[in-house]
Amino acid sequence: MWTIGSLGFTMPWLLLGLVALPILWLLLRAVPPAPIRRRFPGVALLLGLKDDEAETDKTPWWLLLLRMAAIAAAIIAFAGPVLNPEPRVSGSGPLLILFDGGWADARDWPRRIDRATALLEEAQRDGRTVAIVRLSDSPETPAFQTAEAWQGRLGALQPHPWEAGDLAGWAATLPEGAFETFWLSDGLDHPGKAELLAALQARGPVRAFESARPLVGLRPAVFADGVVKLQAVRPVAGGQADLELSARGTDPGGVERELARVPLVFPAGSLEAEAQLSLPPELRNRLQRFEVAGFRSAGAVSLTDDSLKRRKVALIAGSESREGLQLLSPTHYLRQALEPVADLIDGTMADVLLASPDVIVLADVVKLSQSETDGLSDWLDKGGLLVRFAGPKLAASDVSRIEEDPLMPVRLREGGRTVGGAMSWGEPKSLAPFAESSPFHGLDIPADVTVSEQVLAQPDPDLSERTIAALADGTPLVTRKAVGQGQVVLFHITANAEWSTLPLSGLFVQMLERLAISTRPSMPEASDLTGRTWVPDTVLDAFGTAADAGKVAGVPGDDLAKALKDGPHEGLPPGLYTGDDRRVALNVIGPQRVLSPAVWPADVPVEGMAAAHEQSLKGAFLAAALCLLLVDILASLWLTGRMRGAAIASVLVAALLIAPGNAKASEADDPLALRATTGVVLGHVLTGDPRVDDVAQAGLLGLSQKLSERTSIEPDAPLGVDIETDELAFFPFLYWPVTADQPIPSAKAYAALNRYLRTGGMILFDTRDADVAGAGGTTPEGRRLQQIAAQLDVPPLEPIPADHVLTRTFYLLQDFPGRYAGSIWVEASPPDAEQAEGMPFRNLNDGVTPVVIGGNDWAAAWATDDTGLPLYPVGRGFSGERQREISYRFGINLIMHVLTGNYKSDQVHVPALLERLGQ
Amino acid sequence: MTPDEDLRVRAETLGQSLPALLAAADHLAATVILGEHGRRRSGMGDEFWQYRAAHPGDSARMIDWRRSGRSDAHFVREREWQAAQSVVLWVDASRSMEFSGDRGRAPKGDRARLLALALSILLIRAGERVGLAGSDVPPRSGRAQLERLTLALRGAGGEDYGRPDVSGLVAHGRAVFLSDFLGDLAPVEDALARASDRGVRGALVQILDPAEEEFPFDGRTIFESMGGSLRHETLRAGDLRSRYLARLADRKDRLMHLAEASGWHYLCHHTAEGAQSALLWLYRALEPSR
Repeated sequence: MWTIGSLGFTMPWLLLGLVALPILWLLLRAVPPAPIRRRFPGVALLLGLKDDEAETDKTPWWLLLLRMAAIAAAIIAFAGPVLNPEPRVSGSGPLLILFDGGWADARDWPRRIDRATALLEEAQRDGRTVAIVRLSDSPETPAFQTAEAWQGRLGALQPHPWEAGDLAGWAATLPEGAFETFWLSDGLDHPGKAELLAALQARGPVRAFESARPLVGLRPAVFADGVVKLQAVRPVAGGQADLELSARGTDPGGVERELARVPLVFPAGSLEAEAQLSLPPELRNRLQRFEVAGFRSAGAVSLTDDSLKRRKVALIAGSESREGLQLLSPTHYLRQALEPVADLIDGTMADVLLASPDVIVLADVVKLSQSETDGLSDWLDKGGLLVRFAGPKLAASDVSRIEEDPLMPVRLREGGRTVGGAMSWGEPKSLAPFAESSPFHGLDIPADVTVSEQVLAQPDPDLSERTIAALADGTPLVTRKAVGQGQVVLFHITANAEWSTLPLSGLFVQMLERLAISTRPSMPEASDLTGRTWVPDTVLDAFGTAADAGKVAGVPGDDLAKALKDGPHEGLPPGLYTGDDRRVALNVIGPQRVLSPAVWPADVPVEGMAAAHEQSLKGAFLAAALCLLLVDILASLWLTGRMRGAAIASVLVAALLIAPGNAKASEADDPLALRATTGVVLGHVLTGDPRVDDVAQAGLLGLSQKLSERTSIEPDAPLGVDIETDELAFFPFLYWPVTADQPIPSAKAYAALNRYLRTGGMILFDTRDADVAGAGGTTPEGRRLQQIAAQLDVPPLEPIPADHVLTRTFYLLQDFPGRYAGSIWVEASPPDAEQAEGMPFRNLNDGVTPVVIGGNDWAAAWATDDTGLPLYPVGRGFSGERQREISYRFGINLIMHVLTGNYKSDQVHVPALLERLGQ
Repeated sequence: MTPDEDLRVRAETLGQSLPALLAAADHLAATVILGEHGRRRSGMGDEFWQYRAAHPGDSARMIDWRRSGRSDAHFVREREWQAAQSVVLWVDASRSMEFSGDRGRAPKGDRARLLALALSILLIRAGERVGLAGSDVPPRSGRAQLERLTLALRGAGGEDYGRPDVSGLVAHGRAVFLSDFLGDLAPVEDALARASDRGVRGALVQILDPAEEEFPFDGRTIFESMGGSLRHETLRAGDLRSRYLARLADRKDRLMHLAEASGWHYLCHHTAEGAQSALLWLYRALEPSR
């Protein structure tokens, strides 16, 4: 590549062609434009006339210049001009391409790949070996291979959702020997970066590359004071940045959608932005993730877990708390423990069950009515958690004594026991460490938690597996039983401090949390997680897209706790981890995370992504050459006097062919739609025979006038409808005069017609042949009608029965003449229509006939000129005029039938009709 | 329909749109000396003019005995002098008349033949005798002559520019020359002189195409005559325009002077114009000079 300023040429040797231009100048200059031969009688008068100027036999200089410019443009175009060519510093030796490969790369990963591809191509040209390394992988010695070998693999390279670990490890694995490094940095500082950079610089020159796109990290959401608080951080404090935060979750239908959106504003000069989101509990419990809108990176996504969820807990105590003795209330400590982390519901059992709580706590409740028991059982089957506390009443009752109560996990022995009291021998018992199978496993047991009184479980065979907490002597303290999808948990002590000191301790709160009765208010502590295995449920990729984790081995709680503190890594990708009933979100950005920008020493050249891009100018130059040549054609024509309309037109056509044509198809329908929808408009199908169309137009005009005179229907002027192109839906009624040579409609037109008929339109087919052929025979129009109607969605037909609603929609009619008086066909009435006793017509209440078929040439009978005078004779004398009147009445009845349906078929009208019929 | 019949039909149409010569007699008034309109004096003719007393010297057979029988004197019945004019047309049939400056315009020769035939129809309808110059179609009257004229007008000459033919001119008759007069003017002068010698008067109709009037050419051009005998090459046709137009005006001027000197009429007619005005002009030009 050879460059002048910001312009480069891929094939600069072609520019040598420019040297030939002066020769071309001389050649072109010597050849004058070719003369035109003209036959002209007036030549006799021209003989002897001399031209004034002698040098006009040369091509004029400006035309030459034009042609020179055209040729020069073509030469330059083929030399491959490139604006802002990327400097191709061809190096030698191996090239190491480093990606940070973390979530911060994901925001512009394709461009990074593009850049790396360009580097690979360059290396391929220069025959260099290349190694590509993601620093987010675990360190290994980079293997230098040919650029071709890397090209196929580069496209499949994806960033990791976690960040690069300690880069010092990479520094140790670097191979010996000199190589050049190109570091595609994600713009963040990583631990050990300085060491790695020093090691790389020891091997050879290092170039870095940083994107100008902003980077944002979203810290996990925190629920406090009734609102969800979110914090975002950015590595560089710039000007004010207005972002938007989107809260996503499932809707009641289970479809993920955006539940809320709040602005997130970085004030100028600030590294942090804060947003608050106040959501009703129903919505808040549905939240699955927060994301900064428009940032496609795992760092801009924060998954939510149980910490935002607030369970509905119903507290029901056996005895009403006595006034003034609040500390003795059976539910006081529960209330204290749960109030900050759960929504508490009070009320009777029946009320509480209606609220479908997540948890129902029964503190020393013994008596449950049958309906309450059934309700609780159903609720348990659906996944409820019933927590019962023992107490004096339970100890004294017969519940679950002989047989295991369905709402109790174990059978109880009579009485209970007291240890360490004033009247007993032993010391109060402390708790045994929690077994591994217990949900409480890993919780520290404070030394001051003692139990002095409890109810005892019967030693049934399954007692040991139902025990999840026991006293130091092995006596079950907490037992659990699964019922349906739910479970019943019994604390063998009271919920207040009467029988033990457990409700006074922090362990009580932790146990409640482990039982998923309460939810932890903030980030889980290591102690909350240890001792249990956490299985990834959903994992995030680097682009912030959540995916099902599939079958992945669980991770120990200790590791998860460490990852929550230090951020995810290779074995622990960000995502949602479940253990028992709890879910913990491991997000890319921790609650204390601060993004620190990468700093490069002065001797490392940093290339930005915002640099001017290469732009090939070949097309522009070629187009310019072509335009100049076109101008040259015009100029030559003008110069030789051949500039004529045809010549100009042909040149313009050529120019138009070159110009990208984007002429839009005009919307032809709109005028028709406007005219057809401003009022009721009767339509007639255009047959292609102008005479028939004129008659139809005049006929519908006459009918429209009569309708306006006599009824409340006041149609506008009728319109001719081309069924191939026009929209039919605007017309309630179509008059279709059938001619023998009418073209069969296209498939598209049939589709439109059938849609029209199905959606309530009516077509009046008129063969205009007076039905002369009689039964069995057909006229040419009749045959054509059969061919046309073959593909139409026409129901079975019958000759119009005497009680059809058409006979009485406006006028009472017996026959339906036009210019001729023949019978007409309408949709057949249902076969089960019965005529009721004493009724003049059958009860045919459904359906407007979609087609009426006849041959009476109604349009001719209706046709009037503009002054309202009939255009065509009907019959003779008075009887003819009478027939015309009846034909108008038929038209009015028909339009009434179209517009009002079977309204007149309603039996309500029977008395009035009977009276008018004179019966 | 052959082109000749077509020409005939069109000529008839053009003639019909003018008042027939007879019907326009009032308009032409007494000065019209053409055709069957009497010359308002006694002479040879069919129509009665006057009775006059017989003079000595009148032969006995000239006496109208029926009139004389009613009185004592002798009367001679005089008839109005009637004489049909002979009109000879010369229509330039040379190649130069085939020129048309525009595809949509008929060539000049077409217009010349149309005018000639339309004039013939008018004249024959008025009873005049019409013929073509040269000996092929001598002047005759009657509609059959129109057929002969039509046939004779069909022929096209081979030379580039036409020269008027005066061989068929009838002494003291009328003549009409239809040409573009773009060729050498010497034959025209000669023909006019000879016609004047024989007492023939008439009209010169110069038929030109608008292209010849405007010279709308530009650029490097080789002009050729229709037959190709003359050619002129120019590099800038546009520059020649003014000089060409000056020469054309000069030519028209000469023709007009020629016509005036010999008592003829001169008209420059363009094919872009309607033929009717030219026909009307011709029709008037054949009236006697006042």
